[in-house]
Amino acid sequence: MDDLYREIIIERYKEPLYRGVLEPHDISFEDENPLCGDHIRIDLRVDENSRVVEAAFSGHGCAISQASADLLLESIIGKTLDEVKQLSKQDVLELLGIELGPVRLKCALLPLKVIKAGVYGLGEASDSLVEE
Amino acid sequence: MTTTLTERLDVMRIREDFPVLKREVAPGVPLVYLDSTATSQKPLAVIRAMNDYYERSNANIHRGVHTLAEEATAQYEAAREKIAEFIGVRKSREVVFVRNTTEAINLVAFSWGRKFLQRGDRVLLTEMEHHSNLVPWQILAQEKEILLDFIPVTTDGLLDLEEFERLLNLKPKLVAVTQMSNVLGTINPVKKLTQRAHQVGAVVLVDGAQSVPHLPVNVQDLEIDFLAFSAHKMLGPTGIGVLFGREELLEAMPPFLGGGDMIKKVHLRSFSPNELPHKFEAGTPAIAEAIGFGAAIDYLKQVGMERVAAHEHDIISYALEALSEIEGLTLYGPSADQKGAVVSFTMRGVHPHDVSQILDSQGIAVRAGHHCAMPLHEKFGLPATTRASFYLYNTRQEVDQLVQGLAKVKKIFG
Repeated sequence: MDDLYREIIIERYKEPLYRGVLEPHDISFEDENPLCGDHIRIDLRVDENSRVVEAAFSGHGCAISQASADLLLESIIGKTLDEVKQLSKQDVLELLGIELGPVRLKCALLPLKVIKAGVYGLGEASDSLVEE
Repeated sequence: MTTTLTERLDVMRIREDFPVLKREVAPGVPLVYLDSTATSQKPLAVIRAMNDYYERSNANIHRGVHTLAEEATAQYEAAREKIAEFIGVRKSREVVFVRNTTEAINLVAFSWGRKFLQRGDRVLLTEMEHHSNLVPWQILAQEKEILLDFIPVTTDGLLDLEEFERLLNLKPKLVAVTQMSNVLGTINPVKKLTQRAHQVGAVVLVDGAQSVPHLPVNVQDLEIDFLAFSAHKMLGPTGIGVLFGREELLEAMPPFLGGGDMIKKVHLRSFSPNELPHKFEAGTPAIAEAIGFGAAIDYLKQVGMERVAAHEHDIISYALEALSEIEGLTLYGPSADQKGAVVSFTMRGVHPHDVSQILDSQGIAVRAGHHCAMPLHEKFGLPATTRASFYLYNTRQEVDQLVQGLAKVKKIFG
């Protein structure tokens, strides 16, 4: 269980590389996990080829959700929006390098849910965006 | 220290009665259960009572004339009698079985509220209510255009009683208040509140979800009109709770759910409702659970609620002292003399989820989140807290384990 707090997770939680807001931005979306109150906003800038060139997240949450956001944003820089749409739950778990129970899985997947809702231009984020 | 049975409860002997307390959550990691405010553990006597019912007497209640139906009915109604006596109710017809505290409050909002509240009427709540004592009134407010007021919570986690007096001048029709906060542990001065509310003609509903399991509660003495509580927080099973209501209030209320058992007569286009309490118990109820609830009451009565409360006071006093010495930890709520055995806290730089997760890796079960009291967390500017709560089976040693566990959290987050 202690593996959950791998060095990379604590590191990214304490000193995230992608924390902040982008103004102006091309895509922005925010949502929260009603169970625990974690709140995440994600801003993206994309180039003329629909490639993500800049990304930032803001909000508050646990180490898992914050590290997940930071690692996820790092991984989508240079990807096209179509590629971002293909990201799955498994991709997030691989980035984090841990296994999670059903409760903490929601923390880990919140950033992906927010990114996808933004990229798809949805009015509201849904769990179905991150289910297999 | 020598103590007599009448003074202290024997916590080690009590622990023997709870099978789950013997388990390990991982090899070599024993369970330290500090989440009784969410749900309590169950003694063998409760588990057995429910098993016995299923193995020997399982039948639907009321109207059956065979032996099993008679036994089941007798046991179900005996549970009602035990509960009535436990909270100082003279007539067991004032004790209605429901699913839980939430359903009890919804019943009052749906039945009493819809009939007796008119547009512009006021309902007085508090800022420390659980969602179960907020949302039913919000739903009613939307439908009936009634107005909701809130007694504020002070920074110490107490009700602002001066503001309560001012809000009473608005002549609320109903005052609905928790007796014990599930986040701060604050024990509210219910008798003072009911007396003042009655002086302005208000009916008083008390959310007893946290108080009835942990304190002696007597509805006559406290002059309570409606009391709602759940079995599962007081050693009983999930799926059963109680609404106590004064007879004249319940008599005047229309039925909540319609169906079997709640009727006296049914014709194709009309019905006449059954007598109390059956008027509010439509359909086959949770029979085994009611019987299990009765066994839980027997258990608590045998230990004695005064002793349960005294034991918990000792544990929470000890816990508050130990936790207040941890640097970077902020505790919320009043001092031990004004609260039950619940403590919510935050640790600087560490999210409550992470605190609970690392405690779990050491076998310590606590809860993280807003504990179904989002407005209260908003008031304190917190997205979430970690909450440890104690019951008659918890020990000082478990408090020490919590303190050690928190040291480990600090180490990991360095």
